[in-house]
Amino acid sequence: MRVGLFIPCYINQLYPEVAIATLELLEKLKVDVYYPSTQTCCGQPLGNSGYEEDSKGACQLFVENFKEYDCIVGPSGSCIYHVKKHFDILEQTPDVVKVRNNAYELCEFIVKVLGKTDLGASFPHKVGLHKSCHGLRGLHLGSCSERMDPHFSTEEDLLNNVKGLELMKLNREDECCGFGGTFSVFEEAISVKMGKDKIQDHLNSGVEVITGADHSCLMHLEGLINRDNKPLKVMHIAEILNSTI
Amino acid sequence: MSHSEKAAIFNKNEAKVNWHDKALWYVREKRDNAAHGVKGWEYLRDTASKIKGNVLSNLDNYLIEFEANALKNGIKVHWASDAKEHNSIVYKIVKEHNAKKVVKSKSMLTEECHLNPYLESKNIEVVDTDLGEYIVQIAKETPSHIVLPAIHKTKEEVDELFQEHLGTKPSNGNPEYLTNEARKHLRNKFLQADVAITGVNFAIAETGGFVVCTNEGNADMGAHLVPVHIACMGIEKIIPKEEHLGVFLRLLARSATGQPITTYSSHFNKPAEGKELHIVIVDNGRTEQLSREDFRSSLHCIRCGACMNTCPIYRRSGGHSYDATIPGPIGSILSPGKDLTKHSSLPFASTLCGSCSNVCPVKINIHEQLYKWRQIIVKEEPQPFVKKSILKIAGKVLENRTLYNFAGKSARFMLKYAPKFMIYSKLNAWGNARDLPEVKNTNFDDWYKAKRKNKK
Ligand code: SF4
Repeated sequence: MRVGLFIPCYINQLYPEVAIATLELLEKLKVDVYYPSTQTCCGQPLGNSGYEEDSKGACQLFVENFKEYDCIVGPSGSCIYHVKKHFDILEQTPDVVKVRNNAYELCEFIVKVLGKTDLGASFPHKVGLHKSCHGLRGLHLGSCSERMDPHFSTEEDLLNNVKGLELMKLNREDECCGFGGTFSVFEEAISVKMGKDKIQDHLNSGVEVITGADHSCLMHLEGLINRDNKPLKVMHIAEILNSTI
Repeated sequence: MSHSEKAAIFNKNEAKVNWHDKALWYVREKRDNAAHGVKGWEYLRDTASKIKGNVLSNLDNYLIEFEANALKNGIKVHWASDAKEHNSIVYKIVKEHNAKKVVKSKSMLTEECHLNPYLESKNIEVVDTDLGEYIVQIAKETPSHIVLPAIHKTKEEVDELFQEHLGTKPSNGNPEYLTNEARKHLRNKFLQADVAITGVNFAIAETGGFVVCTNEGNADMGAHLVPVHIACMGIEKIIPKEEHLGVFLRLLARSATGQPITTYSSHFNKPAEGKELHIVIVDNGRTEQLSREDFRSSLHCIRCGACMNTCPIYRRSGGHSYDATIPGPIGSILSPGKDLTKHSSLPFASTLCGSCSNVCPVKINIHEQLYKWRQIIVKEEPQPFVKKSILKIAGKVLENRTLYNFAGKSARFMLKYAPKFMIYSKLNAWGNARDLPEVKNTNFDDWYKAKRKNKK
């Protein structure tokens, strides 16, 4: 199985360590992984802002870059959701359909496609899981608190198998953090308030490290944590799963 | 003012925001508990959604069936194409009976049609008899929530309001005392009224009757005491058969307040001896919304308010920030259909987290419709120059790898070396309260080139 590694634009530029951890993790799991070097972005920031029309070029480029792979894997639930959900603006050629059907968020790929949950990682800390909305409610990476379905969580399955890691229980376990792409800028007051409340929930629960499968939410939370000097760290789930395996 | 500007003002008082957020989250938790108690909750939602889908596809037939059966029962049926017509029909009936005093039970449709100011301009006294509605009425405000109209007011604020309007004693916001005083006051209003107006929760095509749900019994108090009862309903309130009521009544109360059933689910089938029962069936933009395929299912809404309680933005914005009769997530997909220019900021007042769609008892894909409205608004409404240019340029950059490389490098360079006052300026809403990410020495592309030879 040939896997194309998709690194979202902001992770590429600002969080290379997340991209590296993702790549190393996949390599350790013996995945035959390739990084198409002409990739840019999935077009999500444009689509969510109402400029879907202007994102067609970026979407088409995404398909060109990834059409030859059996699976496309990226460390970002919201970008993968965008590919699966909103690439209907392109003509549905066999390539487009293939890319949409075979795009996976990293945790989803490890659990559902590789069938693994115990990766042999160890991380002796108190961890709070931020369940990003697009991954949770969009990609169904877990059960949602609004729905009356049996409990499941792809990320929890992985984290519960990390040695020494203590997963802390939050009060509002899947409330949005308030990032929302350009929402964070155009609805600044609410965005900041939501983020602050989310951080407080983690602090109240004794969390040391906030993790999640979507680094955009973590970037927003990190910005607030650093500004207010809160005793918290954020790490992408790939970085935790990649520790000492 | 846009939603974000209004919400920013609401957020100046953080303690109030916290209180508002907690009050509504409490209702959301009550709803979760109540829903957990029902085996097959998701199945019920599916069923309700399918019934509503069927109703919308056959709306004309069901309405005609309803009218025929209602007439058979002795109900007088009126049709209104818009708010203006609705108001004048109601006024005509009121005038025919020389009525001066009207008691109203809570109805979002009459809010939507601005019935109160219209009747008041004709020298008719209208009293809202739902306690929350009454509070906002004397405060000269509009409801900030469709089920909890006065949720934006604290007990202490209500205390002051009652002192001023009802002459109550200061009670430090004692809810029991205040409710009792309001009850006494409203009792007189019921006794003096000539006409009662109610909303309609469900109208049943098969029987020509309708159901009104209240927790305070105020619809019944009004309707049973007066000689004339006028019920106002939107065309989408129809359900085909009486047997479908069970599905909706179980969903409605639990989604709205977490109760297993609303305290009063009153069935009105025909006028009592010697009395009149009117029903006004209103379109007011609904057929237009029905014709928009992407947004048609917004008419499934049974007005439970659950999407507001769950919405993290609504909870921190306050209902008035939406400046619309129906605020919150559902309002944000209904309102642009009525006035795109006025409500163009509402579909952006969301992170598209999807909690609303998950909570909705009739499974409206609210967050997907918000996304769709955004695409339309950007095309049809003038956009701020800066926002528009940035996003258009971004589109060009992201479809071209050379431009992307260049942009990535320059942005990283700027973030790293530009003076702080340039990055944290008024123009940069990210940086007011948040630190920007720290820039590393390399990006992933460069790292990859150096460390891995691509196998491709
Ligand atoms: S959209 Fe759904 S959740 Fe919101 S008020 Fe209507 S029925 Fe309730």
